[in-house]
Amino acid sequence: MEPNDRLSLHAWANPSSSCNGLPRKMSLENPSFTNFNLQQQEQKWDDTSILNYGIRIEPPFHEFNQASESEYLLSSTCNNQPKVLDQEDGLNNEALQTSKSLDWDPRTMLNNLSFLEQKIHHLQDLVHLIVGRKGQALGGHDQLVTQQQQLITADLTSIIVQLISTAGSLLPSVKHKLSTGPPNGQLGELLFPPLAGMNCVPQPQHGSGSIAVQPQCVTGSKVSDQCNQMDVTGNCGTEQNLSIEEHEMKEEEDADEGENLPPGSYDILQLEKEEILAPHTHFCTICGKGFKRDANLRMHMRGHGDEYKTPAALAKPNKESSSEPVIIKRYSCPFAGCKRNKDHKKFQPLKTILCVKNHYKRTHCDKSYICSRCNTKKFSVMADLKTHEKHCGKDKWLCSCGTTFSRKDKLFGHIALFQGHTPAIPLEETKGPSVSCDKMDGNEASNKSGKHKFQLWLQCW
Amino acid sequence: MKRQKTLETNANNGNLFDLLSEEIVFTILDFIDTNPLDRKSFSLVCKSFYITESKHRKNLTPLRQEHLPRILNRYPHVNHLDLSLCPRINDNSLNVISNTCKDSLNSIDLSKSRFFSYNGLMSLALNCKNLVSIDLSNATELRDSAAAAVAEAKNLERLWLGRCKLITDMGIGCIAVGCKKLRLISLKWCISVSDLGVGLIAVKCKEIRSLDLSYLPITNKCLPSILKLQHLEDIVLEGCFGIDDDSLAALKHGCQSMKALDISSCQHISHVGLSSLISGAGSLQQLTLAYACPVTLALANSLNRLSMLQSVKLDGCAVTSAGLTAIGNWCISLSELSLSKCLGVTDEGLSSLVTKNKDLKKLDITCCRKITGVSIAYITNSCTNLTSLRMESCTLVPSEAFVLIGQRCQFLEELDLTDNEIDDEGLKSISRCSNLSSLKLGICLNISDEGLSHVGMKCTKLTELDLYRSAGISDMGIIAISRGCPGLEMINMSYCIDITDRSLLSLSKCSRLNTFESRGCPLITSLGLAAIAVGCRQLIKLDIKKCHNIGDAAMLPLAHFSQNLRQITVSYSSVTDLGLLALASISCLQSMTVLHLKGLTPSGLAAAVLACGGLTKVKLHLYFKSLLPQPLFEHLEARGCVFEWRDKEFQAELDPKCYKLQWEDIAQ
Repeated sequence: MEPNDRLSLHAWANPSSSCNGLPRKMSLENPSFTNFNLQQQEQKWDDTSILNYGIRIEPPFHEFNQASESEYLLSSTCNNQPKVLDQEDGLNNEALQTSKSLDWDPRTMLNNLSFLEQKIHHLQDLVHLIVGRKGQALGGHDQLVTQQQQLITADLTSIIVQLISTAGSLLPSVKHKLSTGPPNGQLGELLFPPLAGMNCVPQPQHGSGSIAVQPQCVTGSKVSDQCNQMDVTGNCGTEQNLSIEEHEMKEEEDADEGENLPPGSYDILQLEKEEILAPHTHFCTICGKGFKRDANLRMHMRGHGDEYKTPAALAKPNKESSSEPVIIKRYSCPFAGCKRNKDHKKFQPLKTILCVKNHYKRTHCDKSYICSRCNTKKFSVMADLKTHEKHCGKDKWLCSCGTTFSRKDKLFGHIALFQGHTPAIPLEETKGPSVSCDKMDGNEASNKSGKHKFQLWLQCW
Repeated sequence: MKRQKTLETNANNGNLFDLLSEEIVFTILDFIDTNPLDRKSFSLVCKSFYITESKHRKNLTPLRQEHLPRILNRYPHVNHLDLSLCPRINDNSLNVISNTCKDSLNSIDLSKSRFFSYNGLMSLALNCKNLVSIDLSNATELRDSAAAAVAEAKNLERLWLGRCKLITDMGIGCIAVGCKKLRLISLKWCISVSDLGVGLIAVKCKEIRSLDLSYLPITNKCLPSILKLQHLEDIVLEGCFGIDDDSLAALKHGCQSMKALDISSCQHISHVGLSSLISGAGSLQQLTLAYACPVTLALANSLNRLSMLQSVKLDGCAVTSAGLTAIGNWCISLSELSLSKCLGVTDEGLSSLVTKNKDLKKLDITCCRKITGVSIAYITNSCTNLTSLRMESCTLVPSEAFVLIGQRCQFLEELDLTDNEIDDEGLKSISRCSNLSSLKLGICLNISDEGLSHVGMKCTKLTELDLYRSAGISDMGIIAISRGCPGLEMINMSYCIDITDRSLLSLSKCSRLNTFESRGCPLITSLGLAAIAVGCRQLIKLDIKKCHNIGDAAMLPLAHFSQNLRQITVSYSSVTDLGLLALASISCLQSMTVLHLKGLTPSGLAAAVLACGGLTKVKLHLYFKSLLPQPLFEHLEARGCVFEWRDKEFQAELDPKCYKLQWEDIAQ
């Protein structure tokens, strides 16, 4: 076990020292990872949701380090961070920055370099070890030779990339230039595609995807993570256990108030705004990442472990539950202050990714879809608009406050509830009587004409 | 006299009444109420009387809307306006009313008119802020917008919307929100109103005392909120077919303040549902279960706890003797009981019931065809305080039994013996009831003048007498009545074929007579009717159908003297164009039935109906429809007159005895 741990440590220590500080979690939350990068690059942390991400990411890392007792460099920063972050988001910014400045310690760099060196030296042994251990640990899992090779090459690539990044972090000024380089949106776009197809063809994608140095570095670290995941036994298991501990330790207050689920019985994931708003329809059940195409999701799932590589596993994504305790996943809204945000005192988690998407759009986004029929109702979720359009125009139950209801009983419930609200009679009907008035006038007219005719008749008579 | 003299000397220079304060004159005027013409006479004495009367009058019941502007100016203190006799009240009239009366108006009756709309009502609600009572019954054209206008009358306490079929929950919702002070609302026959509207009334109008929900398509859903109303006293759920036992069983608590409950014709409510509906309603005084669940032992037992109950109406229910006995065994004594048209009422059940209810004041056993003299014996024996007994068509009750009624129930004020075996002995006995005011002896073939004379001699308070088809009655009896009962207001002697003008001449002394029906009395002539016209100035309703000898000669005095006449039937009489045209001058005349008049020509009819401006209903033979021009009818209909066309063959009169036989044939 020890060599494995060490191996994983090697993999983590490097990125952390390179200040892209996102360890294995990245494999779970690739999108967030990119966001995190963005934050660091921007240095201006306007988006509080991003800060929340930091809370989640850092602690497991920290704990793992403590457990392994080999990561001493980051321990100090990590100890600071969780507290600060939990207490106040505003302080978060500074805290991270201070931690960052600590990271520039040349000793850290030296250590990192030595680790890297070690890693390169033992690469071949490492690969063998992986193969051997996986066979032991996972038992029934068959591995394809080609995939192993791919993984090894990916690992290699990651080492190279990490080397570069470490070099970059050794020279702070250089790094700053690099990080400020690519614009956010572009970065995000650049980063996602290579990730999706990472396992299949890592090398060419790197080439195509990595225009700037930074993205390459990022993807590289991810690749290494993915390799690690596959290397380490019970990768997912430890990962999730950690996250549970994390909840127990730091999120207790939040989870306590969670309605039905006991604290820590579920894992809280928090997607970033950009990820939520991305037009994805296929979501990873493990990390929540979304994809436009199911094929891409399947490719992505391979990264979560070999069990996802069999056709059966692909058909049934939750197969891991059979081998491990089911970890219920719940989602947090990235919007600070929202009740669905895990920092909210009465936090109520969202059940699915789709819930997150709809919730975020409905509550925190502009309502950009306008009903073409009534031109008044606005929606932020297209499905809502479509549902509305089905009934639009049929909402004839109108309250004096302007609210319309599709059902009369709903209107009356509303009126019973509020003082001063009264049913609004449709305009056509208020016109109705005037019409009938006209009719009456008409009657009178006919009356008159009748009278006239009658007088004529009388004269004749 | 002395005092009067001094007054006269003091008031030599001016009007004697100038000495009296206005309040005193008002008090005097309060007593001039019986005949509307008296007030008119008073006001015509002099200018100051005219002004005093104008100031005094609070209630107005106009007959034609075109006079509204003037009469409203004349009577500035009117606060109750009854427009139920005005046909076709329209928005213009309502505008006039609202702009003239303003805040002084607090009650308006618009029932029987359906030609006003949202606009008129809105102006009424906005201008007359003190309006507390609106009757919109039969305004079948009103829609929700009109209801929304009513909702602007924020001080409204009483609202009748009977038969406003087009008003839906939305309109009722507006009223519920707008009229928070509502104490009474009647939604009878508002068939577009459902649970939602009624529920909202119950939620928003906490002051509701009286709620009429008859024939509404409501279910149990609105009941919980209704029963939560703190002040609800009177609730009518007649014909609410949507309410059933299952839904009532779910009710948590009844309404404690409830005093009167009517679940007539609720076919799906049995004693189970009823008992949950009245649970907690300990102060219930009046229960009406007409045409509802069978009155069995179980039902009677479920009502056992109602200690305040005074009146129970079980009309048309199937009853069992056990049920009636159990009602008798309630610890309370009822004061009013109605078993009209109940199936299964037997001597056994009824006698055990009445023996326990000694305080019974009103008893209705109409058409309880199984009861015999035994029941009457028990009733008269125990219920000696009866003031009202209705026992039409109790055909098995022998003539001797009626003697008992007169002997033992001397406080009777109302007695209905229609279609019974009562004879002169019985009438003689009944004449002991000196308080008798209403006596119905229709189709009592065994009575004669002798018996009726006893009534005439002793029942001086008689106001209403029905002798329909009591063929044994002739002039002697009627003369006795008219001499002994000066307060007579209504008499029906139709098909008493022996009646002659002598009866009418004597009846003309009854100056309060307002309803006179003498159908099929071939012997009476114009002379007799002319005497009635001269003597009975308050005549409102006159029916002389099939009085062949009455002709134009009677119509002329009628037209001259009976200025209050509102309804006349002259079918099969000898009235011609001339008489009809004369009648047309009666400004109050609203309803006219003119069938089979031999002397009537189309042009004469046309002239008459044209001249009679207040007509609202004319019944004519279909024959005239083709003979008169359509524009005439259009004109009259626009004026508010409805034509009813009949196409009945000329009917020869049946022998009265034969009628009775026919009746019995039908009954069997």
